[in-house]
Amino acid sequence: MITKDTRMVRIAALQSIPAGEGRVFLVEGVPVAIFHARSGKVYASQPDCPHRGGPLADGLTGGDTLVCPLHGWKFNLETGKGQNCSIQTYHVETDSSGYILMKWPQITGG
Amino acid sequence: MNAQNKQRLVVIGNGMAGMRAVEEILERGGAEQFQITVFGDEPYGNYNRILLSNVLNGSQDASDIFLNPLPWYARNNITLYAGVRAARINRNEKQITGSDGTTVYYDKLLIATGSSPFVPPIKNLYEEEKRLRHGVYVFRTLDDCTHIAGYAVKCKRAVVIGGGLLGLEAARGLLNYGAHVTVVHNMPYLMNAQLDAQGAAILQNTLERMGIAFRLNANTSKVLGEDAVTGLEFDDGTQLSSEMIVISAGIRPNTSLAAECGLTVERGIVADDTMRSVDDPNIYVVGECAQHRGKVYGLVAPLWEQAQTLADHITGRNLFAVYAGSRIATKLKVMGVELASMGCTEASDSQDEVVVYSEPKRGIYKKLIVRSNQLAGAILLGDSGKAAHLMQIFDRQSELPEDRTQLLFDIGPAASAPPLLEMPDETQICNCSGVSKGTLRKCALSGIRTVKGVMEATRAGMGCGSCRPLVKEIVEWACEGRLEEDPSVHYYVPGVPLAKPELVEAVLAQKLKSVSAVFNALADGKEDPGSKPGLASLLKTIWAGEYEDERDARFINDRVHANIQNDGTFSVVPRIYGGVTSPAQLRRIAEVAEKYEVPMVKITGGQRIDLLGIKKEDLPRVWKDLGMPSGHAYAKSFRTCKTCVGTEFCRYGLGDSTALGIQIEKRFQGLESPAKLKLATAGCPRNCSEAMVKDVGAVAVEGGKWEIYVGGAAGAHVRKGDLLCTADSHEQVLQMMGRFMQYYRENAKYLERTYGFLERVGIEKVRAVVVEDREGIAKRLDEAMQAGIDAYRDPWQEAHQTHTPHQFAEMITAEGTI
Ligand code: SRM
Ligand SMILES: Cc1cc2nc3c(=O)[nH]c(=O)nc-3n(C[C@H](O)[C@H](O)[C@H](O)COP(=O)(O)OP(=O)(O)OC[C@H]3O[C@@H](n4cnc5c(N)ncnc54)[C@H](O)[C@@H]3O)c2cc1C
Ligand code: SF4
Ligand code: FES
Repeated sequence: MITKDTRMVRIAALQSIPAGEGRVFLVEGVPVAIFHARSGKVYASQPDCPHRGGPLADGLTGGDTLVCPLHGWKFNLETGKGQNCSIQTYHVETDSSGYILMKWPQITGG
Repeated sequence: MNAQNKQRLVVIGNGMAGMRAVEEILERGGAEQFQITVFGDEPYGNYNRILLSNVLNGSQDASDIFLNPLPWYARNNITLYAGVRAARINRNEKQITGSDGTTVYYDKLLIATGSSPFVPPIKNLYEEEKRLRHGVYVFRTLDDCTHIAGYAVKCKRAVVIGGGLLGLEAARGLLNYGAHVTVVHNMPYLMNAQLDAQGAAILQNTLERMGIAFRLNANTSKVLGEDAVTGLEFDDGTQLSSEMIVISAGIRPNTSLAAECGLTVERGIVADDTMRSVDDPNIYVVGECAQHRGKVYGLVAPLWEQAQTLADHITGRNLFAVYAGSRIATKLKVMGVELASMGCTEASDSQDEVVVYSEPKRGIYKKLIVRSNQLAGAILLGDSGKAAHLMQIFDRQSELPEDRTQLLFDIGPAASAPPLLEMPDETQICNCSGVSKGTLRKCALSGIRTVKGVMEATRAGMGCGSCRPLVKEIVEWACEGRLEEDPSVHYYVPGVPLAKPELVEAVLAQKLKSVSAVFNALADGKEDPGSKPGLASLLKTIWAGEYEDERDARFINDRVHANIQNDGTFSVVPRIYGGVTSPAQLRRIAEVAEKYEVPMVKITGGQRIDLLGIKKEDLPRVWKDLGMPSGHAYAKSFRTCKTCVGTEFCRYGLGDSTALGIQIEKRFQGLESPAKLKLATAGCPRNCSEAMVKDVGAVAVEGGKWEIYVGGAAGAHVRKGDLLCTADSHEQVLQMMGRFMQYYRENAKYLERTYGFLERVGIEKVRAVVVEDREGIAKRLDEAMQAGIDAYRDPWQEAHQTHTPHQFAEMITAEGTI
C-alpha cells in the first residue's frame, strides 16, 4: 500500500528572494519556483510554463497572479489555475524566524 | 481516499474525444474516484487534430497545437502509455493487453479510438504488407503531417486524392511548398457532402485562381513508378504525373478491437444515449468510433457533447444525462476561402423553399433550404459573415423571419433580439472552447460587463474567433444595455484607473516614488502585474534620481539587463557608440564569444553586435570580460544612434554625422522612455542611415545645418518622420532632440512609439511646444532631461555588485529537510 506522509523542507531565508520576485530552488532534487509576493506571502509552483517552457520564476507577479515572461500567460499562484491551462502549485509557508518551509510528500511503502 | 479504493478507469485512444472526456471527468471530481490509465497509439500528449491543416500550411507550429502535453498527464496522476496500442480487450478478465505486452485491469473502460483514413483499392500502393510506399501519404496524424511536409519540399508536383473538406485543406497546404497541386475527385463536383453543384463550381473557380488544378469524375486505378512515385493512372487509361500522392478519401471508424471482444459494431461501435456500449455496462464509447442513434460523426462539436454526457454519467454526477445527437455544421479552413455549410444541400421535395444568391465573379454563393419555415440547410460561400447566426438558427430550429434576405445579409435593422432571447441556455456559442449561451449570460450577470472581460473569463472567442460577433451580441443582450466599454483603454496602465495626466498629477501631489506606493495610494492596494513595468517607466521619468527602484516592477529583461530568448537564455548587445568600433574592441568581443561558447554572434540592424544564447548566470562575467557599457537592446529606452560615415570619408558628406551620432548616443544612452527610442544621423540627404524613418533623426543639409525629423518608423509600421526644425549646430541638435524626447517621455502612453504619439498629438502642437516654446515649458523640459541624464548609471555595473539577492542565479539549492 502506498501512503503519502508529508514533512517540511527548509528552503532558504525569505530575504533571499527579493519582494515581488521569484527564484528557482532545487528541492530534494526537484526544481521548484518559489515566489515572495509583496504582501509577504510565499508561493511555489512548477518552474516551467506549460505553454512553451518559459521560466516562470522570471515572470511578473501581482497579488497572487503570475505572468509568464515569454508570452504573457497568466496563472494563479494559489490554485495553479490559468486561463489556458493550469500549473502545479505546492504548499509553502514561512516560520517565525523568517524561513521558507515547503511541505514535501514522502512516499513510504510500495 | 487512497489508491486502493479508487476504481480503475482505462481509456483506449489518446485523441480529442478521449481526452476531452477525461477532462470532463476530472472537472467533476473524477480524480477522487478513478485511477486513470490511457493507451495512446501516437507517441505524444493529446493535440488538436483540427489544427493539423494549419501545421501543414505552415501557419502554426506543431508545438502550438498540443492540448495536453505530457507533463499534464503526470500532474493529474494519469498513467499514459504513449506509443502503445491497446491490442486486445478481455471482457471476462476485464483486462487490456498493450502492443508491448503491458496488461492493465479496468473497472470501467472507455473506447475512444477515433477513425483511420480510408484508402481506396488502388494498385501499386503498398511497399510491403500494408505499408504505404514512399511518396504516398494519408493525412490524419502529426506524424503524417511531418512526413508530408518533409517530402513535399522535394516535389514539383503533388496530387491529392479526394475533393472533400480535408483534401482541399491539404491541397491548399501543399501549395505553400511550391508544388503544383492537382486534386483528383471521383465525383462530378467538390465537397459533395456539403455543397451543391453550383456552389462547388464557384468554390472550384476560387481555388483554381489560387493555383490548384482539378480532375473531377476521375477514378484512380494505379500508382505509377517503380522505385519512386511518378504519377497516377485512371480507370480510363489516362495518366497524370506527380511525385507525391496524399490520399484523403474519407474515414472509417476504428472498431476492430471492439468487434473482436464481442461488442455490437455496425458503422461504429453502437452506444446508447449515455454513451455506453449497448452490450456492456462497464464500457463507454466516445468520438468518431461511436455510433449513436444510427449516426457516426466526423467533426468535433458532437464529440464535446458526448464527452459531457459520458462524464456526468460515469462520475454519477447526473445519472439522467442524455446525449440526444447533434446537428452539425461544417466550416472549411482553407486560407483565403470562407465557406460554411449545414444540413442538407438540395431541396428534398417541391414543398421545400430554396433561396439562392449567387455572384460567381466575386466567388460568392449563398443558399438556404427552408422546410416548414425552419432552416433545413444552408451554404455560405465567399462571405460567411452570417454563418454564426445561421448555425444558431439551424441548431435550435427557430422560426425564420418572413424576409429571408435578413438571413443572408446584414441590411436594415438587425433582427437579432428575438432569436437570442429564445435561444436555450445550453446552445453552444463558442465551438472551440465549448462555451454555451448560458455560461456567457451568467458571466455577464455576475458583473463582468465588458465583452473582453467575459471572453477572458469564459475562454469564449479565444480560439478560431469566428463566434466573436455572436459573443458580443449575447453579452450586450445579457447586460440589457448596461454594457460597459472597457474603461481601461483610457488608462495609462490597466491596473490604475487614471489617464496619464491625472496619474502624473496624483503621483506628484502625493509624492509617490515607488510602484508599490502607487498601487497602495491609487488602486486600493491591488497590484496588477501587467501594469508594473509601465508605472516603473513613468516614475523613473518623473522622479529621475529620487525614484525608488523596486526591481519586481521590472520585466525580466530589465532585472538582468539582457533580452530573454525563447529558451530562457539571454542576448547581450554591448554599446558601440554610433556604430564605430575598433580592432581592440572587436578582439575582446571575439574572445568573450569563444570563452562562453556563445551559440550565435550577429551583426544587428542597429549597427552593433549581438551575442545570443547566454546563460543568465554567465551575464555578469560576460559584461566584465567585455568591459563595455550596455547597449540597452532589451529596454524601453533610448537604444542607439545609427550613423553614416559622413564628412569623415564620404565624398558627399555635408555634416559630421559620426561625431554627432556618438555625441547623441553618449548623452542619451539608456534613458527610460514609454517605448523604444531609435535615432540616426545622416551626413547628407541620401540618408544612408535611414534618419528620416527613425524616432528622431538628424540629416545634414548644405550650409552646415541639420534637419531634425521626429516620429519616423520603419518597423511594424512605416512612416516618414515629420520635420521638426532645422538646427545650426551640434549643440542645438542635442538640445532640440532632448527637449522633444522629454516632451514625449512625459506625454506618451506606455508603449506608444513616437510614430503613434506624433499622429495623436500632431506635429504642429509638438513644434509649438518644443521649438516655439508657446507653453513656456522649454526650460523645464531641458532641465528635466538633464536630470534624467544625470541619473543614468550603466546597468552592467551590477556585474560588480548585484542589486538583489541571487539576481543572476539560475537555480539555488534548498537547505534541506528539517
Ligand atoms: C537584434 C535585432 C535584429 C538583428 O539581428 O538585427 C532586433 C531584435 C529584436 N527586435 Fe527589433 N531588432 C533589431 C532592430 C530593429 C530595427 C532596426 C533598427 O533598430 O534600426 C527595427 C525597425 C525600427 C523600429 O524600431 O521601429 C526593429 C523593430 C522591432 C519591432 C517593431 C517596433 C514597432 O513599433 O514598429 C519590435 C517589436 C516591439 O518592439 O514590440 C522589435 C522587437 C525585437 C525583439 C526585442 C523581440 C523581443 O522582444 O525579443 C528582438 C530581440 C532579439 C534579441 O534578444 O536580440 N523590433 N528592430 C536588432 C537590434 C538592433 C540593435 O542593435 O539594437
Ligand atoms: C487534418 C484534419 C482537419 C480536421 N478539421 C476539422 C475541423 O475543422 N472541424 C472539426 O470539427 N473536425 C475536424 N477534423 C476532425 C476531428 O479532428 C475529429 O473529429 C476528432 O479528432 C475525432 O476525435 P476522436 O478522439 O474520436 O479521434 P482521434 O482524434 O483520431 O483520436 C483517436 C486516437 O486513438 C488512437 N488509437 C486508435 N486505436 C488505438 C488503440 N487500439 N490503442 C491506443 N490508441 C488507439 C489514435 O492513434 C488516435 O490518437 C479534422 C481532422 C483532420 C485529420
Ligand atoms: S548619407 Fe551622404 S554622407 Fe552619408 S554615406 Fe550616404 S552619401 Fe555619404
Ligand atoms: S512559455 Fe509561458 S506564456 Fe509562452
